[in-house]
Amino acid sequence: MTCTEFLQILDDVLDESIAVETRTEIEAHLRKCGHCEVVLNTTRKTIEIFRCHEIYEVPTEVSARLHAKIMERCRKAK
Amino acid sequence: MSTIQPVAEQDQHPDVALVAQVRAGDVAAYDTLVRKYERQIFRIAQHITQNREDAEDVMQDAFLKAYEKLDQFQGNSKFYTWLVRIAVNESLMRLRKRRTGKLVSMDEDVQTDEGSVPRDFADWAPNPEQNYTQAELAEILKKTIQGLPQGFRVVFVLRDVDGLSTEETAETLGLSVPAVKSRLLRARLQLRERLTRYFGRKAPAIAQASAAPRGDGAEA
Repeated sequence: MTCTEFLQILDDVLDESIAVETRTEIEAHLRKCGHCEVVLNTTRKTIEIFRCHEIYEVPTEVSARLHAKIMERCRKAK
Repeated sequence: MSTIQPVAEQDQHPDVALVAQVRAGDVAAYDTLVRKYERQIFRIAQHITQNREDAEDVMQDAFLKAYEKLDQFQGNSKFYTWLVRIAVNESLMRLRKRRTGKLVSMDEDVQTDEGSVPRDFADWAPNPEQNYTQAELAEILKKTIQGLPQGFRVVFVLRDVDGLSTEETAETLGLSVPAVKSRLLRARLQLRERLTRYFGRKAPAIAQASAAPRGDGAEA
């Protein structure tokens, strides 16, 4: 497996939707290619960081105000 | 459809019953649905419009529209993906308004190849985010994701942050599955590349992101 081939299936590797036979090839490639190993681990971490940290936090009072407004508009709509 | 399949209660997504209740005139059931998804819808709107005020408006309009059009909801997709589709469209319309009528689409800027091939191979410290305060980290993540082309950013947010499947993301955005996959890969790689500037072992600790302790552009 080449680095380009690895990159092409990186998404499947990250999403763990890889066939068993390909997995062996990937592991062999990662053992000898430090760059691809870093790319895999840091991309995985990238996703995890974005998933675990809410960057657009809505203050509770804003959320309550918007919620009330939505429901008020819905009640009026029907 | 007059034939009703005997679907076991536990097999049904909990939203199905709520949607049925709303259709039968129960506004309180809609309150439950709004409460369940308002944060996600706000987040998606904020990611697309990049503007707090617009995101608030989009969130309201999307929920109202979904309520008014609930009769048109087919039920062959999840209520949530249907709602997201409305929110995405509302967000794009809002952007268009801001840009005084200029066409805005999900295809904007996606031709770029920038960042689709990794260049920086510096490894990261085990928990690099711990070197920053919550506020600094939020600023770094915001800056990083805002730099992505629109069409990549939305795919990443829906698929990786929101947790929709590839198929659901495609359906929601009106894209093909291969298009979603290609955009997702490029989004992930670009974000990784940009975050390496902050988290890479070789990289100096750049704390400039924290230098501007303001909100995200528009005040609540």
